[in-house]
Amino acid sequence: MEALFQAAPFTGYVYPNETVFPWGVLIVVYPYITGLVAGAFTVSSLYQVFGIQQVKPVAHFALLVSLCMMLFVPTPLLLHLGHPERAFNAVITPHWSSAMAMFGYFAGFYIILLLLETWFVFRPYIVHQAQQRKGLLAWFYRALSLGSYDLSEKAMRYDRKWIFALAVTGIPAAHGLHGYVGFIFGSLKSREWWSSDLMPAIFLFSAIISGTALLVVLYYVSCKLRKVPVDLDCIKGMAYTLWGFVMFTLLLELVEFGSLVYKGREGIDVIWEFITGPLIVPFFVLQLAIGAVIPIVWLSYMFWRRTTGNALVFGITMSALLVLFEVMMMRFNVVIGGQEIAKTGKGLLTFQWLLFDREGVLGAASVLIAPLVLLLVMVRLFPPWEDPKKALPH
Amino acid sequence: MEEDKEPAERRQGRRSFLQAFAAALGCGGMAIAANAVVREAVAAGSPPPIPNIPGYDWTKHHWAFGVDATKCIGCLRCVEACKAENEVARDAHHFRTWVERYVYLEGEDTPRIDSQADPVNISASGSEGEYRFANRYKDAKVDKAFFVPKLCNQCTHPACVQVCPTGATYKTEDGVVVIDHTYCIGCQYCVQACPYGARFFNAELKVTDKCTWCYHRITKGMLPACVEVCPVGARIFGDRNDMQSPISQFIKNNRVDVLRPETGNAPNVFYVGIDKDVD
Repeated sequence: MEALFQAAPFTGYVYPNETVFPWGVLIVVYPYITGLVAGAFTVSSLYQVFGIQQVKPVAHFALLVSLCMMLFVPTPLLLHLGHPERAFNAVITPHWSSAMAMFGYFAGFYIILLLLETWFVFRPYIVHQAQQRKGLLAWFYRALSLGSYDLSEKAMRYDRKWIFALAVTGIPAAHGLHGYVGFIFGSLKSREWWSSDLMPAIFLFSAIISGTALLVVLYYVSCKLRKVPVDLDCIKGMAYTLWGFVMFTLLLELVEFGSLVYKGREGIDVIWEFITGPLIVPFFVLQLAIGAVIPIVWLSYMFWRRTTGNALVFGITMSALLVLFEVMMMRFNVVIGGQEIAKTGKGLLTFQWLLFDREGVLGAASVLIAPLVLLLVMVRLFPPWEDPKKALPH
Repeated sequence: MEEDKEPAERRQGRRSFLQAFAAALGCGGMAIAANAVVREAVAAGSPPPIPNIPGYDWTKHHWAFGVDATKCIGCLRCVEACKAENEVARDAHHFRTWVERYVYLEGEDTPRIDSQADPVNISASGSEGEYRFANRYKDAKVDKAFFVPKLCNQCTHPACVQVCPTGATYKTEDGVVVIDHTYCIGCQYCVQACPYGARFFNAELKVTDKCTWCYHRITKGMLPACVEVCPVGARIFGDRNDMQSPISQFIKNNRVDVLRPETGNAPNVFYVGIDKDVD
């Protein structure tokens, strides 16, 4: 039988109730997925709103990635809740002073927005399929076409207007959704490690880099699977975005960290003990050195040396993988690290890893992989790649 | 040019559909906003629904709690009584109330702190369900030592109530923070928000739990279980609306402290005899 709770060992003095961590790895995965949504949407908007042609080849793919991730954002939360069947209580009778009460509305609004934008973007394809296909899938596309097969120039102009409006609205919506996740942590005064005004900004920028990095990796993998050459211009465009935002995110993280340590408020002795002990590997080595500094140096070197070809693609993809790892570690160090410093300011707890538990690593990993499986299906139903032969309108 | 032949009505139909959809979205948003405004207005203008407790009027009371740390002997009867009265899990990780021991050894600037939940004390008691303080400093030179009972502070501005997404936890008119266990979703945001570590997750009911000053007892004219069993009168409880109540007298006759006043939570457990290291 599954244990009812897992008690954490501690040193120093911690409140007796603190020995059971309220939030586990599922709550690490939750902001991670939300961040990927916001980041992927940003890349899509770079083309849809700002007209940056370099990222055009992945613009529609980015939208699908964002949608697939977003559909799974509530999953870790539902798995975490003691009473998931009551989850809608927060929507039916929201307690407006709670940052968390807004989640249902924000997420609901954003899911509708993403569905609408995706529908408009893929409407020409849906209409083509509805007209040409036979069998069950034909019915699927016919239902999705909502009865309109109009692909005239006028109709497409109308669609483009909607796509633009939705993409413009989506930028603050996606970033708001994620900044608000940062606010959930940053607004708590009970934990010195979280209680920072910079937290929403750090979450936001780390979201952008994680989404961009995920797109780089998925784009590379998709090119290999489709056996098509990687569009160097496109991947380089994403790499520049990544490079700039990673530097800015790292700067924000260091400013926040420096500020916390420099202010040295109550409990700083234990925070020092934490920083110079259990945090060295996950924060300094894994998150900062391997996850942020190496990609920055690697990308900078390639830009400086004007690297091109396979070396560039390999370097960018590897850097993107490291950035994905950086952001995962950042979420971990915030969510779990914050709970490892006791509220007493006089003790440290050690997080206990679980494998098969409802809040275990396997469950969390499944939640992370599920959107990618959905994405595999989605790219077959709605091919997001430009096909010069068919010249689908983009 | 098959597309051009599509009837204008169909194009018009789609346009109307989208316009209607946009209007519906807008209306939905406004309805939500209006609901919020109305709820806020209602919340600001009227008290929460009155509980159905025969013969009890919660507008007539203002409960508060006092702790005289100079009297506490660390016998932990309060902890035992609380666990029994409120069916709190008999383990070393879930407490509605607990007692901390502060020991200043000769030559040391900072106190050694433990509670009955410390592994050394649990091993001394022989069970996670029974509590005692082990005599672990018997061979040391102790400069100063004292016990501090802890419990929910039933704050005037409770951070836990602020963050609850459903309103399942709320402050009663008579000054106690309670949880509706039938409405709590078990997100544990309140557990995170409490600066005092007073909340915990009830693993059996899968909701959060905390001290309610034994609300089921005090609304029937009884004392909280921990106050009832304290053999030395270290725990004081009463109605601040009654100037002669033990708590009113306790606050009037002593210079009282609260824990972590800097949080802005404005706690309602008043302490006498605590030291700078207690928070």
